[in-house]
Amino acid sequence: MNSKYQKVAYYPGCALEGTAHAYSQSTKVVGKALGLQLEEVKDWNCCGAMEAKNVDPKVQTYLSSRVMSIAAHEMKHDVVMAPCNGCYHNLKKAEHELAHDAPAREVVERISKKAGHPAYRAGQVETIHALDWIKHGVGEDELKKRVKNSLKGLKVANYYGCMYTRPRHIFPEKDRGPGSESIAQPHFMDDLLAAAGAENVDFPLKTACCGGAHTLSDSDTSTKLVLNILRAAEAAGADVIATECPTCHSGLEMHQVRAEKVLGVKTGVKMLYFTQLLGIALGVSARKLGIHENVSDGMAALEKLG
Amino acid sequence: MREELLAQAEAVLEEWLKARGEAPTAETVEGFRLLALHRQGARGVPSFNACRETCREIAYHYNLLGEKREARTESMMQMLVEHLRLFVRGKLEVAGLGEFCCASRPLRQEIETHG
Repeated sequence: MNSKYQKVAYYPGCALEGTAHAYSQSTKVVGKALGLQLEEVKDWNCCGAMEAKNVDPKVQTYLSSRVMSIAAHEMKHDVVMAPCNGCYHNLKKAEHELAHDAPAREVVERISKKAGHPAYRAGQVETIHALDWIKHGVGEDELKKRVKNSLKGLKVANYYGCMYTRPRHIFPEKDRGPGSESIAQPHFMDDLLAAAGAENVDFPLKTACCGGAHTLSDSDTSTKLVLNILRAAEAAGADVIATECPTCHSGLEMHQVRAEKVLGVKTGVKMLYFTQLLGIALGVSARKLGIHENVSDGMAALEKLG
Repeated sequence: MREELLAQAEAVLEEWLKARGEAPTAETVEGFRLLALHRQGARGVPSFNACRETCREIAYHYNLLGEKREARTESMMQMLVEHLRLFVRGKLEVAGLGEFCCASRPLRQEIETHG
C-alpha cells in the first residue's frame, strides 16, 4: 500500500459535476468505505479538455497546471487524483510538457503571474487516476477483506477507453514491470473487480475507441463504434461493462439507446462505473452509489447477485 | 476465414495510407504485415495509435484461429476488423485530426478561415 495515497487532492473535473455525477458520488463513497480521504481542489477549473486545446495547446497546459498549482501550493498536497480519463490525461500531458518544453513553461509562468498564483513546476505533484488510488492506496488483499457482498457470478467486460494509456510518453510510470499498469493490456480495473469477486471476461476491445470525439460531428460512426463494443462485450459473455471514464460511459449509454432507435439493433449489456461495482461489493446501497442516475439499468444486471 | 479477415484489415489500413499519398509497405512486424501497416500509418499521426491494440488483437485472434477454429473467436475477430474499419473511416472523413483523438480542430479551422 502506498501511504501517499491515503489522503489526496481530488480533482473531479466538469463531467463528474454533470452527466457523471454518479461516478463522483460512488468514488467518494467507496473511498470513505476503504478508509481513503479526499480533499477537493479549491476553486478548480476545467482541464482544458478538447476545446481549449484546439484554440491553443499551451492554454490547455496552463489550465491543467493551475489545478496542480492550487493542490501543491495552497493545499500542500503532493498527489492529485482525477477519476476522469480526460482530466487525468490532460494533467499528465501538462506535467510532461512542463518537464520537457521550455516555451510551455514560459507561457505557464506568464499566465500564472498575471492570474496571481504561483506557477506550477513539473514534479510538484503526482497525478493519479481513481484506479491507481484504490489499487495502490488499498490493494486487492485489503479490498478482499472488506467485501461484504461478493460480485461472484457477475461477468464483467472492463472497458478502459483510449485516453487512459495514450500517448504512452506521458505515462512514464506505466509498463514498469510487476505492480505497474500495462499500456497495451491495462488490468487495474480487472484486478480490483476480481478482488471483489467478479468474473472478468476476455474483452479484446478494452482500449478501443468509443467514438467520443465523433459524437457531434459524425454521430452515426460513434453509434456504430459503440454498438461494436457492446456486441463484443456480449459475445464475450459479459453482463456488465465496467467503465472508468465519464465520456466513454455516457457514450456507451447514449449510443446504446441511439443504436436501438436509429439502427434498430438492441443490446442488453449494462454499463456501471467500476466504483459503483466496488461499492456494491463493499455493502454500500445502490442509491448511495447513484446507480439510479445511470441511463443504463445497472440494477437489472445486479439482480443476479441476489 | 482468418486469412480473409486479416486481408480485410490490411485493406483498411492500405486505404488510410493511400489517402495520405503513401505506398503501403509490404514489410512485416512480428510476422504480420498488418502491424507494419499500422506502424507506417501512425507515423506523424499519434492519434492513429488509438487503433494499435485493435490491430494487435486482430493478429492475436488470427493466431488463435490457427490453433483452433471456433465460431466465437471468428465472430470476435470479425468485430475487431469492423472496429478498425469504423475507426479508420472516421479518421478519413475528418482528415487532419487534432493531435489526440479530437475531431473538432479541422472543423473549427474551416469555420474560422471561411466563416
